[in-house]
Amino acid sequence: MAKTVDEVADAMYTMVKDAQGMKKLKPMDLTKAMIEMYGDEVDKKLCKEAIKQLVNSGRCVYTYFGGSFLELPHREGAAND
Amino acid sequence: MADNVQETPLLDELEKGPWPSFVKEIKMAAKRNPMAVDLLGQLEKSYREKIGYWKHGGIVGVMGYGGGVIGRYSDLSEEFPNVSHFHTMRINQPAGWFYTTDALRSICDIWEKHGSGLTNMHGSTGDIILLGTSTDHLEPVFDELQKIDFDIGGSGSDVRTPSCCCGQARCEWACYDTMGACYDFTMAYQDELHRPAFPYKFKFKFSGCPNDCVASIARSDLSIIGTWRDDIQMDEAAVKEYADNGMDIQKDVVDNCPAKCMAWDGTKLEIDNSYCRRCMHCINVMPKALRPGKDRGATILIGSKAPIVEGAMLSSVLIPFIKMEPPYQEIKDVVERIWDVWCEEGKNRERIGEFIQRVGLGNFLEAIEVEPIPEMVAHPRENPYVFYEEYYEEDDEEEDDES
Ligand code: SF4
Ligand code: SF4
Repeated sequence: MAKTVDEVADAMYTMVKDAQGMKKLKPMDLTKAMIEMYGDEVDKKLCKEAIKQLVNSGRCVYTYFGGSFLELPHREGAAND
Repeated sequence: MADNVQETPLLDELEKGPWPSFVKEIKMAAKRNPMAVDLLGQLEKSYREKIGYWKHGGIVGVMGYGGGVIGRYSDLSEEFPNVSHFHTMRINQPAGWFYTTDALRSICDIWEKHGSGLTNMHGSTGDIILLGTSTDHLEPVFDELQKIDFDIGGSGSDVRTPSCCCGQARCEWACYDTMGACYDFTMAYQDELHRPAFPYKFKFKFSGCPNDCVASIARSDLSIIGTWRDDIQMDEAAVKEYADNGMDIQKDVVDNCPAKCMAWDGTKLEIDNSYCRRCMHCINVMPKALRPGKDRGATILIGSKAPIVEGAMLSSVLIPFIKMEPPYQEIKDVVERIWDVWCEEGKNRERIGEFIQRVGLGNFLEAIEVEPIPEMVAHPRENPYVFYEEYYEEDDEEEDDES
C-alpha cells in the first residue's frame, strides 16, 4: 500500500536525526533511501512532498556546506550571537 | 555617524582614478549606516593584514526555502560588532532587468531599514544582491519584499535564478521572446529554485540571438540561444548604401565570415546560407542591410560553467533548432529527464557539463532519450560517440573471434 507523506516524512526525519553530527544527508540521499526501503510504495514526487513538509514545519532545515543538505535545526559553529 | 568612520589609507587607494569605486559607495553608505562603517573597518584591516575575516554561515535562510541567503559572520565581531552578521540576500530580478524607479526605491527602502543599504546590481547570475543583514532581519526583509512582488532567488544546489537578455522588448535581433521564456521557466521551476535537490547548481540563461548578451554559452548549464534556420534577410539597396558610404564590405564583412560563405563582387553580396554558422557577424556590421531569417527559434546547448571545481567549460549543442513557443513543453521534458539522470548518478558538486564528461556524451544522450546528431560534434574524432567504419570493423572482427 502506498505510503503517506507523513509516514515518509517521519522516516526521513529519523534518518536525519540519526545521522546528525556524523554525516550530512542530501535530499537525494533521503529520496534514494526511501525508495530502497519502501520500493513501489513511494516515488520521487511523494519524497519531494515529504521533504517540503519537513522543512515547512521547521523539523528540518536546509544547510549549505559546498552542497545543500537537510539537517536538524541547530546553532552552527560559525554563528555569532 | 560620519565621525565614526576610521582611517582607511589602503581602501582610499581604490577611490583614485576615473572609474566607479565600491569604496566610495561604502563610504557614502557609512554616513547613514553603522554596518557600512564597520565594513570599512574590517576591510581595511583585511587589506592591511592580508587575511580575510569572514566566516561562512551555512544554515541561515528564510522558513521553507533552501536558497537565496548566503550566510556571513565576522571573525572580528568584538572589534566590528555591526558586521557580526553580514548575510547576503539574492533577490530574483525581473526578466531583462526592467524596473520602474518606484520598484527600485521600494527595494532600497527595505534594505536601508533592515540591512546595510549596500547593493550589488547585479550578481553574476543576474540577481539583485542585497549585501549585509543580520539573521533576525531575514524574515522581515522576505515579508516586505513579497508585499512588493519580489521573491528570493536561488543559491546552493538548486536551479539558480534564470536570466535573459532584453530580447524583443528592445532588441531587433531577438529570435524569440526571451523575457517570456525566462519568466515561464522561473515560475514552472519554483520548487527546484527554492528547494535544493540537485548535486550542484543548475543555471538557465536565455539569449535572443547568437550575440548572446547574457553569455549563456559560457555561464549556464542550459543555454537557450535564439537562431533562425532559413536564409538571412537581405536588403540589397541597403548593402549598396553601405558600400557607397565607404564600407569595405570585402574586408570588414566577407573576410571575417567564419564560414567563408559570403562573396562580394563589388556590386552584389551573396551568401551561401547552407554553410552559414549563424554567428551574427555580418548582421552586426550591416544592421540596416542584413537581418536574421524569418523562420526563428532557438538552439539549446548544455554544460557550460565558470572554473570552480574543474576548469571553465562552454556549452555544446543539445538541440540544434527548436521553435520557442509557450508552454515550451518539449524543452521542459528534456530538462526534467536531464535532472532525473543527473540527480540519480551525479556526484556532489558535479555540474551537468562535468557529469557529461565523466559518463560520456553517448551514454548521457541515451539516458535522456535524445538521438545523437552531427550538430552535437564539436571536434570530429575527439567525440566519444562518433564511430568510424574502421572501428566498427575492428569491433566486429573481435566479436567474431570470440564467438
Ligand atoms: S542577445 Fe541578441 S537579441 Fe538579446 S539583446 Fe543581445 S543582440 Fe539583442
Ligand atoms: S552570420 Fe556569420 S557565418 Fe553566417 S554569413 Fe554572416 S558572417 Fe557568415
